[in-house]
Amino acid sequence: MSERRTHASGEIVLETSGLTKIFGGLIAVNSIDLKVHKGEILSLIGPNGAGKTTVFNTVTGIYRPEFGEVFFKNEKITGKKPHQIISCGIARTFQNIRLFPDMTCRENVMAGQHCRSSAGLFSSIFKTPFQRREEDMIREVAEKRLRQVRLWKVRDELAKNIAYGSQRMLEIARALASDPVLLVLDEPSSGLNPRETWDLMVFLQGLIREEDITILLIEHDMNVVMGISDWVVVMDGGRKIAEGVPEDIYADQRVIEAYLGKEEEDYGDYGATAEH
Amino acid sequence: MEQASFPGIAKIFSSPPLRITLITALFLIYPFLVSDYFIDIAFYFGIYALLGLSLNIVLGEVGLFDLGHAGFYAIGAYTTAILNTKFGVPILVLLPLSALAAALFAYVVFSPVIHLQGDYLLIVTLGMGEIVRLALINNPFGLTGGPNGVFGIDFPSLGAFLVVDSSLEYYFLIWLIVGLTILGLTRLQDSRIGRAWNYIREDETAANASGIDSRSYKLLAFVLGAALAGVAGNVYASKLMCVSPESFTFWESCLIFCIVLIGGMGSIPGVLIGAAFISLFPEIFRPFAMYRMLIFGSAMILMMMFRPGGVWPRKRGAVQYESLLGDTGRADV
Repeated sequence: MSERRTHASGEIVLETSGLTKIFGGLIAVNSIDLKVHKGEILSLIGPNGAGKTTVFNTVTGIYRPEFGEVFFKNEKITGKKPHQIISCGIARTFQNIRLFPDMTCRENVMAGQHCRSSAGLFSSIFKTPFQRREEDMIREVAEKRLRQVRLWKVRDELAKNIAYGSQRMLEIARALASDPVLLVLDEPSSGLNPRETWDLMVFLQGLIREEDITILLIEHDMNVVMGISDWVVVMDGGRKIAEGVPEDIYADQRVIEAYLGKEEEDYGDYGATAEH
Repeated sequence: MEQASFPGIAKIFSSPPLRITLITALFLIYPFLVSDYFIDIAFYFGIYALLGLSLNIVLGEVGLFDLGHAGFYAIGAYTTAILNTKFGVPILVLLPLSALAAALFAYVVFSPVIHLQGDYLLIVTLGMGEIVRLALINNPFGLTGGPNGVFGIDFPSLGAFLVVDSSLEYYFLIWLIVGLTILGLTRLQDSRIGRAWNYIREDETAANASGIDSRSYKLLAFVLGAALAGVAGNVYASKLMCVSPESFTFWESCLIFCIVLIGGMGSIPGVLIGAAFISLFPEIFRPFAMYRMLIFGSAMILMMMFRPGGVWPRKRGAVQYESLLGDTGRADV
């Protein structure tokens, strides 16, 4: 087993302990412990229905866990609402892109700065100097993020009118516009072609290199997982079944079983090294 | 095509400051050219414009269905009527008080139900509007005068100097209020609050995940919309000098709803067009009074079929933004 490469500070950005989410009689997430270290890309993988997105939704406040706690930078954030979570510094994207379709790309990205601004009803109506300065700041951040994802030239287009791949990047830009400490991406490469997927990987690695940011990722594309992850956590049936560096996970018997099913005893033992 | 054949007119109307100046001038000159009857029609146009603008915050900007808006209008009107006739409070003092009363009512009623989605909220608003109307008819504490309503409401006045008691003066009062409202709402549209409302309308989950507390922003929209409807109620009550429950029926809520739908959700010029249509329509079709509703209904159906976005939908990205960061040397990104 290889060692986990960690940030010099060794700081843990996000930690869940015994996180459990139950829907009716279904235990969607069963006592999950996660530790996301600063400056790393942690991938959460697993077959469909393993509970990956539920973990994300519980961490980002959409669901309230039945048991367990979520800590962000050693501060308990369990049960906080989504709009409070993003002001703490956790920004997310969605599995099926959720933009503001009838608004411009620029307005979409400006949404990210909402939690970093505070102008109220009266300062907005009377356009106080404070409100104007704040609006300029919001626009500047939006411009920076739009340029970063190379969408500045479509800034005045409606979000619904741009290409699918661009919509994915726009959603990431919106999340980045909140100046997050932790970026939570739910299947960012789904629906992208190989070229766009490659660009996304380069983009995410650049992000880690250039900014003080940590990435938590759900991903199905094994090339992406193996290519950019520092640490991989595998889920199946709501439980964590394995974790390790990508090379170890790639060869892990339990992971292969989760994805491909367990072999019948009679058929001999040739499954462990095959596949992929 | 039409614009191309009238290049001069098209050019004038493509310049926003000039357009606003022309329209303002038209509104200032208009009452001096026509009889009191037509000034009164323009006054009711103003009332409907204000009601339309108030509902537009809820329905247009945030996308919440509200079919009980006449309830807030009624609360504004009755607050004015009761406090003026029973306690002699001046109408102009009651202007903010009526707004406050309607806003407070909206806050109390909608706080517990604001999380409801779409048609569920619609039913609540519909019920709220009916409860207000029925309460007024039942004359609680002998305050509302039952089905007859309240009579003898005063004129707005500032001491002895400024007394608003003619059609002309009411016309200017209501359009001054509408003008200020438009100014305020235009600025709100271009602020983080206006955008937050729109984010909620577009996708509430994404809005929440982007840091918008959708609950408080929806409540703010209802409270602000109710306050403006309360202001309309105040001016309406003093103009008519009496209020009665039949002015605030479900049909009234429907008309206000239609104003926003016809004009274009979230579009201020659209709401003005819708209000003009609703207030002028009965006058234009007065000769065929019998068929008025038939024509009105058909017009609505055709509208929804061929122009579902409204007559004048809000244009996004019409303002082309330029760079604030300056040239980064990468012109294409």
